[in-house]
Amino acid sequence: MPFVNPELFAILSLSLFVSLSAVILAAIVGIPLGALIALTHFRGKAAVIVILNALMGLPPVVLGLVLYLLLSRAGPLGFAGLLFTPQAMILAQTLLVLPIIASLTRQTIQDYWSEYRDELTAMNVSKRRRVATLLTEARFSLLTAVLAGFGRAIGEVGAVIIVGGNIDGYTRTMTTAVALETSKGNLWLAVNLGLLLMIIVVLINVLAGLIRRAGERLAA
Amino acid sequence: MSEAARAALPIEFRDVSYGRAGTRVLDGMSISIMAGAPTVLVGPNGSGKTTFLRLVMGLLTPQAGQMLWAGRPQCPVTRLAFVFQRPMMLRRTVAENIRYALRAARASRERESARIDELLALVGLEALGRRPARSLSGGEQQRVALARALARNPDVLLLDEPTASLDPAATKIVEDLLRAVAADGIKIILSTHDLGEARRLAGDIIMLHRGRLLEHGPASRFFNAPVTREAAVFLAGELLL
Repeated sequence: MPFVNPELFAILSLSLFVSLSAVILAAIVGIPLGALIALTHFRGKAAVIVILNALMGLPPVVLGLVLYLLLSRAGPLGFAGLLFTPQAMILAQTLLVLPIIASLTRQTIQDYWSEYRDELTAMNVSKRRRVATLLTEARFSLLTAVLAGFGRAIGEVGAVIIVGGNIDGYTRTMTTAVALETSKGNLWLAVNLGLLLMIIVVLINVLAGLIRRAGERLAA
Repeated sequence: MSEAARAALPIEFRDVSYGRAGTRVLDGMSISIMAGAPTVLVGPNGSGKTTFLRLVMGLLTPQAGQMLWAGRPQCPVTRLAFVFQRPMMLRRTVAENIRYALRAARASRERESARIDELLALVGLEALGRRPARSLSGGEQQRVALARALARNPDVLLLDEPTASLDPAATKIVEDLLRAVAADGIKIILSTHDLGEARRLAGDIIMLHRGRLLEHGPASRFFNAPVTREAAVFLAGELLL
């Protein structure tokens, strides 16, 4: 039983803490940002959308390296002392997840806006209320965007291993543990950790799916 | 006719043109819509009826010419309400859909619940207030859309083929409602390609064809003695090319 092993429990807890924190932070920033991009017209909007979409595929190791350079003692943010801490890992995952949530939100809100535009304009709904309405109406689709972000965060290894350092009992997550055990040749342990990670991801997605379905049924 | 409606009317098109994708949807339209009995827009599909209504609502801006509402160039959007052919229902209950419209119109919150009940009763949906709006039939959704539009206390109510996809029973309910609304002094401007509906509701008729104004006058004259050959062809039920 994995949960009776305190070391494994700590790894699992840290993984969930880091990824959930990152997804919550990215959603807080990314959902309004995506809605803003969808509903406002500004010069260079098309370029911003292309960049945002491209950032969805940002290689985690590249982001990890950039953050490492920024957060290391000699770096411009070295004074914060964040390198090799869970906070640095949250920061890395937030930056990885943010473009996914913002980009999917932009697309979702844009689609909803084309459906609702005439009616909301004819009702003379204020701009602020339009945004709130679209976010409310699209809430179940946005849940999918957040889940996609969570999937990216929980399965990510490149960035967290660079900025977290994979320190036993402090910054070791499920994915970094799998990488470490594989490199040590402990394949059986690595496979079990991987399976456990998969089960957790599936469970969270099932739970979110149930919430989404129940909500959709209530809202018809 | 209410004082407010007089303040929003007449609605004037002065040589208004509007195009899309290289096609003139409305071409040099000049017309005045006055207070009074419902004005019904008729014409074959693609004649420009929807564009006409959208220009009146201020959802579109003329590419040439000028629109005036009570002599002013600013669309008095708070005095107008629009019911679309396929109304969009918010993902919430019928009552909450109406509440949303009331709040968008900045109606008094004190009487909000009472007003929702009044509007539900007016459109005959008292029993369905708690039902999710998207679960209703097409005719019921159209009545919710009408209730939302009336929640704005409009002076002019615009309707784009409101009964196009409804069965006869639902059509009758909507038409009866429109008669009651018109009797209350709200100016109705409605598009339809159902000549029967036009006969039943119209005080005056505007006929459009290929984006141009063919006829405008009292409904009795239009149906009994159309001026243009195209109108006669249209009334005869033949294809108007």
